Amino acid sequence: MSVPRLELRHVTKRFGPVVANDDVALTVEPGQIHAVLGENGAGKSTLMKIIYGSVRPDAGEILWDGQPVEVDSPHEARALGIAMVFQHFSLFETLTVAENIWLGLSSLVTLQSVADRIVAKAREYGLELDPARTVYTLSVGERQRVEIVRALLGDPRLLILDEPTSVLTPQAVERLFVTLRQLAGTGCSILYISHKLDEIRSLCHQCTVLRAGKVVGVCDPTVETTASLSRLMIGADPPRLVHRAPRPGGLALEVSHLSLPKVDRFGVALDDVSLEVHEGEVVGIAGVSGNGQQELLAAVSGEDARAEPQAVRLFGAPIGRLGAGPRRQLGLHFVPEERLGRGAVPGLSLAQNLLLTRREAVRELGWIDVRRLLGQARGILGRFRVAAPGPRTPARSLSGGNLQKYIVGREIDAVPRVLIVAQPTWGVDVGATAQIRSELLSLRDTGCAVLLISEDLDELFEVTDRLYVMARGRLSPSLPTAVASVERIGEWMSGLWTRAPAAAPGAQA
Amino acid sequence: MNELALLVAATLAAGTPLALAALGLLVNERVGVINLGAEGLMLISAVTGFAVAVHTRSPWLAFAAGAASAALVAVAFGWLVIWLNANQYATGLAVSLFGGGFSAFVGVGYVGRRLGIELNYAVPGLGRIPFLGAALFREHPVVYLAVALCIFLSWFFWRTRTGLVLRAIGESPDAAHALGYRVRRARLAAVVAGGALCGVAGTVLSVAYTPLWVEGMVAGRGWIALALTVFATWRPGRVLLGAYLFGGVTMLQLTLQAQGVHLPAEFMSMLPYLATVLVLVLISRNPAWIRLNMPSSLGKPFFPTQ
Amino acid sequence: MIRLEPRAAPSRLMIVLSPILALAVTVAVAGILFASLGKDPARGLSVFLLEPLRGVRALSELGLKATPLVLCSLGLALCYRSNVWNIGAEGQFLLGAVGGGGLAMWVTMHRVAVSGWGFFPFVIVAGALAGAAWAAAVALLKDRFHANEILVSLMLVYVANLLLAWLMFGPWKDPKGWNFPQTVSFAPETTIPRVFRGMRLHWGFAVALLAAVFMWTFLFRTFKGLQLQVGGPAPAAARYAGFSARGALWTTLLASGGLSGVAGAFEAVGPMGQLTPHVSTGYGFTAIIVAFVGRLNPIGCVLASVLLSMFLLGGELAQSRVGMPAALTGVFQGVLLLSMLAFDALVNNRLRLGGGLVRSRARDPGRRARGGEEIVRDGHLAATASRQGPRT
Repeated sequence: MSVPRLELRHVTKRFGPVVANDDVALTVEPGQIHAVLGENGAGKSTLMKIIYGSVRPDAGEILWDGQPVEVDSPHEARALGIAMVFQHFSLFETLTVAENIWLGLSSLVTLQSVADRIVAKAREYGLELDPARTVYTLSVGERQRVEIVRALLGDPRLLILDEPTSVLTPQAVERLFVTLRQLAGTGCSILYISHKLDEIRSLCHQCTVLRAGKVVGVCDPTVETTASLSRLMIGADPPRLVHRAPRPGGLALEVSHLSLPKVDRFGVALDDVSLEVHEGEVVGIAGVSGNGQQELLAAVSGEDARAEPQAVRLFGAPIGRLGAGPRRQLGLHFVPEERLGRGAVPGLSLAQNLLLTRREAVRELGWIDVRRLLGQARGILGRFRVAAPGPRTPARSLSGGNLQKYIVGREIDAVPRVLIVAQPTWGVDVGATAQIRSELLSLRDTGCAVLLISEDLDELFEVTDRLYVMARGRLSPSLPTAVASVERIGEWMSGLWTRAPAAAPGAQA
Repeated sequence: MNELALLVAATLAAGTPLALAALGLLVNERVGVINLGAEGLMLISAVTGFAVAVHTRSPWLAFAAGAASAALVAVAFGWLVIWLNANQYATGLAVSLFGGGFSAFVGVGYVGRRLGIELNYAVPGLGRIPFLGAALFREHPVVYLAVALCIFLSWFFWRTRTGLVLRAIGESPDAAHALGYRVRRARLAAVVAGGALCGVAGTVLSVAYTPLWVEGMVAGRGWIALALTVFATWRPGRVLLGAYLFGGVTMLQLTLQAQGVHLPAEFMSMLPYLATVLVLVLISRNPAWIRLNMPSSLGKPFFPTQ
Repeated sequence: MIRLEPRAAPSRLMIVLSPILALAVTVAVAGILFASLGKDPARGLSVFLLEPLRGVRALSELGLKATPLVLCSLGLALCYRSNVWNIGAEGQFLLGAVGGGGLAMWVTMHRVAVSGWGFFPFVIVAGALAGAAWAAAVALLKDRFHANEILVSLMLVYVANLLLAWLMFGPWKDPKGWNFPQTVSFAPETTIPRVFRGMRLHWGFAVALLAAVFMWTFLFRTFKGLQLQVGGPAPAAARYAGFSARGALWTTLLASGGLSGVAGAFEAVGPMGQLTPHVSTGYGFTAIIVAFVGRLNPIGCVLASVLLSMFLLGGELAQSRVGMPAALTGVFQGVLLLSMLAFDALVNNRLRLGGGLVRSRARDPGRRARGGEEIVRDGHLAATASRQGPRT
């Protein structure tokens, strides 16, 4: 019986009133790829930070190769042989790859020797990486490679990966899995944090399921089904969306040959982007972030009014040069991907945040009708089942899912003619996710045109009627969701589509 | 010719306190902390240094005391903005206002007093070279300190691992924290070091440059130093250059008067401030370029989330 | 080992308590300073804090000093709420004094017939225009060239000071003034009407209070006021909503410059009755402190103005009666603001005494608990903050 590489017993961690990890047990064998499955907020990230030494547990013990250890800092974790690839990369944009990796290594080696080792290790695993490049010039996938090579250079005996595939195309995910299997083959254990059931079933040997901070099961994902795993993860059967057949109407939103130079060095230039959204349909844009989605969204919503007037048309009217406010008055509303700080102001109340996009409570001379405003806010809270003490609550007090429900609700309540949503359910719990998606479908059924930009392919497949793919500032032809496949979308995410004439919606079999 | 040499020497001397203060601010800002209290720190150190010089007659003790007094206030500032996450702008302003009041208060008894310290310095041997000697080698030692410091900081930030860590912290304290670096301690160390440099700069004014104390004698140099670090895009070499340019502007006033240009004295005195505005305008025109060079976390609070 | 732990919601108690605690600290520091100078602390504090409130004349002086502070701080509060860091209120004040004083001087020298009440609106307009123009320079440079408003507005303070000095020593000097840097005394008809006979308090005080009421209504009951308050803490939200950042910049700077200018004009034409280089005792900078102590709220600004006027008046009284240096007031103002910034940390965080966290059972009991670097931002685990990473 081999000694487990890592064992956690009775690990508990509280943040104020919230119990992030509650009496958690975890056992990882040498060379094992072990998944930690749970929905957003289940406590996975906290648990990993405890293992990596960023956070110290309130109770419990950690055993490494059978011996009890105290992991007090990431330095100590690295000394033990634990490496971590973060979900939100901990990279320094203005430094080079070599400098970034050097900072992540504990030993006092020279920069040049680090650069040499980077090249060697990358080659060993079939990864392309140039140590002299500055990080801000790298794509998202390349940045993850930097994180991985940094982890590998520590000769880890346990590698932790926190949601690594949300930024990868399906093909890149496969390549990552090849790397991980190779690594596990050398005896390194891997902790794979994810909520993506298909990936876990395809990659991992064992799976520990967390729900609300507690371990609710340990299983072999290769013999489980997606449904059984999902049931473990959320404790019930997943909520079902009601799908009605789409009945697309007239052309609501049209983007024609939109090209825009990038705003600053971090941006992406838009290159001849064309799309159409009709009333009564949900159109999706797939693609890994960083390929121009933000720029396209800004151009369509009016935050970026540099486009030619004819490049963006709303019900035939050219709006390319209009600002966000005038576009809203014409019936174009949108939900941005950042909630606090963009969709809502953290320090203002929910009612005050209504005024960002809704002007019904503003009377002549700019006077705010406070009573009407509060009433409006209460209406949204009720209709969209937002858990908040009241309309005067500051936006920052709400949980992510609830705030997102409020923001989406605010825009839907405006009865828009066109609604654009970006990453609507990122980081949101399963219940709120289902509710938001079903609201979007209901909105579509009332005849509104919906444009959905999302990194989550599952979401796109579930909600949209037609799909585009965005890659490197260019937009693919559209594809009815019914005939789209993950492989094809994955290819298109790398920009490998052929320019086919765009077919009219509804003409597909 | 001799006048030109003296002009060069005077320019270097005038630019040195600016250079020292701006280098101190550079150290602060490279780790992401903006210290609007520079003016106050310089005032406090100027009055402290002067007082110590009057009582001990030792310029070196005066400099030590000046630097220490500014460093002490910088500790308080650092604690407020780094540990308590107080608004960096408001706190820095508060330090400047406090420094103004405090220095005026302490300095009341020292107005009009004389220092009685020998003020002729020359680098042995080099000081005798015709023209160059008068121009470059008969300065107060702090002038050479500024140059040496500039070279040191260039080496430190771009050639050592510690310097790289500090730059990384200024770029992204969250990422540095995730990697296990002690962000807050490093920032405090930088704030105190930068404060001490501002302290040296202030003491230079009251003990070396014009050996006297007058209320408000720093006359905005702390603020000009802040503009200077932006102008120099946070690089020590450019800071030094910019500081000497400003020194030159100050000298311009005297030169113009000597040449017989009759502008009212008040307008001449406006030159450094207007020059600062001009410099800010020139440097800020391209915001993308500023963002390219600026430490990204400058002015933002850091919460070590775990 | 004392640590700070974030609260779930800001503590309403601390919001009220923080300025009071800061005041207590300032009073304590004051007592120590008095003692260190060899004066009786009790007497010093009584002169400093209580004398300014004793008697109608003292209250009138208090109101007189509070007037410029209220006006300037209102404008600054508006600016800071919108993330426009106008530090140049002092310069805008001086320009307003030049504007109002210049007009009064012209009226006096050309013997134009005016009455106190008739002239009053002209003083306001002259001061407002001059102050707003000075602030417009800052707005222009930021709008067109992205020049940082902190440094530009501050540099313009020094320029304004020198401009005033030039006028006083040069073209505006009173030829019969024995070569002192001052203008002629303004004709008595130009003086701002007094509230009570025999007291120096003038109706500019009422204007200041009216401005506070108007500012409060504007900030909290109008849409434009809300627009300005979004761009400060959340510029991305302002862009999302379609609010003009440019509009906020110009509105706040012009309003603030105008208000500070009016304050300056009132000082010159009111109590002083002539222009000198000392028309301001640092009102523009004290107003910054007032704005923060007043929590950028118009009502708070009025209250804080009264408090800091007490400091100013107390400082003058302490100078004349107890022999304290005038510069003491500046120290107290600085200590007040710094203490308040420190205590404000307790609004969003609470103090926790005690050692490190509970250690695991396998721990070596001899090992010391390490001090904490752990301050968690909020207790919510679900992602409430916006995304970080390559998107930012």
